[in-house]
Amino acid sequence: MKQCIIKIGMASCGRAAGAEEIYKSAEDHINKHNLDCRLMKTACIGMCFAEPLIEFIMSDMPDITYGRVTSEEISGLIDSYLAGKPQEEKVIISRESTSNFDIQGQENDSLKKQTRIVLRNCGIIDPESIEDYINRQGYMALQKALKEMDPEKVVQEILASRLRGRGGAGFPTGLKWEIAANSRIGEKKYIVCNADEGDPGAFMDRSVLEGDPHSVIEGMLIGAFAIGADEGYIYVRAEYPLAIKHLKKAINDAYERNLLGKNILNSSFSFDLHIKEGAGAFVCGEETALIASIEGKRGMPNIRPPYPAESGLFGQPTNINNVETFANIAWIILNGSEAFNKLGTERSKGTKVFALAGKIKKSGLIEVPMGVPLRHVIYDIGGGMKENSPFKAVQLGGPSGGCIPASKLDTIVDYDSINQTGAIMGSGGMVVMDEKTCVVDVAKFFLTFTQNESCGKCTFCRIGTRRMLEILTRITEGKGKIEDIKKLEDLAEMINKGSLCGLGQTAPNPVLTTLKYFREEYEEHIIDKKCRAGVCNALINYSVLADKCVGCTACARVCPVQCISGEVKKPHFIHQNQCIRCGACFNACKFEAIVKK
Amino acid sequence: MNTKPEIDKLIEKYKAKKGVLIPLLQDVQSIEGYLSRENMKYIAEKMGIREAEIFGVATFYSMFRLKPLGKHIIRVCKGTACHVSGANNISTAIRNVLDLKDDEDQTADGFFTFIEVACLGCCSLAPVIMIDDKTYGKLTSEKVSQIVKSYYK
Ligand SMILES: Cc1cc2nc3c(=O)[nH]c(=O)nc-3n(C[C@H](O)[C@H](O)[C@H](O)COP(=O)(O)O)c2cc1C
Ligand code: FES
Repeated sequence: MKQCIIKIGMASCGRAAGAEEIYKSAEDHINKHNLDCRLMKTACIGMCFAEPLIEFIMSDMPDITYGRVTSEEISGLIDSYLAGKPQEEKVIISRESTSNFDIQGQENDSLKKQTRIVLRNCGIIDPESIEDYINRQGYMALQKALKEMDPEKVVQEILASRLRGRGGAGFPTGLKWEIAANSRIGEKKYIVCNADEGDPGAFMDRSVLEGDPHSVIEGMLIGAFAIGADEGYIYVRAEYPLAIKHLKKAINDAYERNLLGKNILNSSFSFDLHIKEGAGAFVCGEETALIASIEGKRGMPNIRPPYPAESGLFGQPTNINNVETFANIAWIILNGSEAFNKLGTERSKGTKVFALAGKIKKSGLIEVPMGVPLRHVIYDIGGGMKENSPFKAVQLGGPSGGCIPASKLDTIVDYDSINQTGAIMGSGGMVVMDEKTCVVDVAKFFLTFTQNESCGKCTFCRIGTRRMLEILTRITEGKGKIEDIKKLEDLAEMINKGSLCGLGQTAPNPVLTTLKYFREEYEEHIIDKKCRAGVCNALINYSVLADKCVGCTACARVCPVQCISGEVKKPHFIHQNQCIRCGACFNACKFEAIVKK
Repeated sequence: MNTKPEIDKLIEKYKAKKGVLIPLLQDVQSIEGYLSRENMKYIAEKMGIREAEIFGVATFYSMFRLKPLGKHIIRVCKGTACHVSGANNISTAIRNVLDLKDDEDQTADGFFTFIEVACLGCCSLAPVIMIDDKTYGKLTSEKVSQIVKSYYK
């Protein structure tokens, strides 16, 4: 009889949505009825909004993926698939097969609109299986580099691909490698992968490490060969336990197959790879701070030059790239720089991975060719706004980036075009906001973050961000003055000019972009003492409309500070001086009897 | 608890390597859930590093704790996606259930420790919290209050 393969998405997002219980139920069902099924774990295909996801593969049957599966349903789904009657309405993705079924997965379209290089294996292979990776051309690029190319040729190929670093700044990777290769030739060199993923609200690197760790290792190996390094580190955020687990397994397996270690694949090239767990400091994503942290010190940035390529980790020449940058390398070596070059715009080649989150319908991970408009990403692939609420802004680049308004939605995904809006491409975090988001509050949110994470070395960054935060706090509390806007702009300029590293230099961006596109909202907070989004607590009040209140007591029951009084079936009353403005009553009222002003 | 023998073993493991202070402190922290003053002092003596340097590193990184942990740890995500999805209300609701005042981060009975963190990497499920190793997503103030209360049963 033919065997059925069942793959369950078990990345962090799948687990949080209950994939572990589903795995257990599926296992029980298969064992109990002695079914000819093989259960497999895979990672995240990017459709986090439809988790938990389960894929079925069997000959003569269409290959399909179900979404939003519950552990009660799983036995039924297995039985119906084995009986040749898949439940069409739950199919999220269907792939072509030899069978006569005509099933259209709900998300086929959104997958078709993507081009997957970095995510080529994510959600398809078992990330803990090196065989799975090898079966999909894994480590063939390394073999090609070692056997058919020399380091110089590898560098030339990456230069020709015009790949730019995906860690945020977009520095040409080939150029970086060339500099490192020519630096202090013959001495010990290091290669480092930056997996610190500091932008809160982004999860691209996590997904790649959880879903396809070998692609990053292979990219690092090729980079090490190109620059002449024999040792490397992957610096991973400690908040990513699953990514660390998969990386450890991948490194062990690679050693066993002589893909790491001495004389790799019988060549003269040797390479050792270690994992360093971060300890929770955003600034450690900055390359010189990251080096200090690997050395076991406080993660403070240092003045460049000297650049890491000259004097980096333990004083030796060092090359640092981001996870996504490395994940592109094997593809480029195998398919050639020309194939890569065909994708994208004049100055930004290839694809970019984005993590969609916030008030967007289909939050998750997507990969598109450079050059597509933001509108396409948010509406055609991301499905548009949750609950169809009006779009207000999209935040790109996290604490170093900015908010892009609706009028700029036709901006294309490319380093230079996005820079022109005042935001930055960043690492790929994209948080979508609707009218219930207050931009002043968002600016305050990011300044709170950078102020907290400033390492304290530069005065402008340490104290300047604090001054900006104080002003923003004042404005959100209705105590702002109109001169404050000018003060914010002056401080922004000084912090930008007077800070040593990118953290301080870019910290004012969230304020500057919101001031640029939403100035009237700042003015409303200051002059009219009004927050149109209803977010800034000091500027809103909840009250009960006596004629609409039926006295159901729902509000009083949910009030966390018991500040709502009233008898059953009689209008209730909110005591303003005790109210913490949490909005629980507002959400609980089914009669629209509570208003927010 | 006498943690010295265990620390000795860890120091032995790391001794010959470069840049080991952070992993060493991470391992020592995992013994008791925090870095006690005595343990830091002990490491300093054993490793021949100044105590001030160890304290400097321990206070620089947010993962290091200088106080004991409660029985359960609640991590509330304060990342961007969670922030725009109402993470502040989730925090307020939890603090209310736990009866935490101002900047207290531990319940009086030592049952819960409350920590705010930046992004748990499950932004698509915002707002998100983690209690010990379990992640809860798509929360509301009511849901989260019930979840926290269920740990007391
Ligand atoms: C404050 C700050 C935080 C950063 N965080 C990260 C990060 O989390 N991940 C990353 O890859 N690069 C980060 N960078 C950029 C790195 O310094 C560096 O440019 C990058 O890792 C180089 O890789 P790439 O050339 O492949 O982009 C950060 C920079 C600054 C100034
Ligand atoms: S922002 Fe909360 S999980 Fe990412």
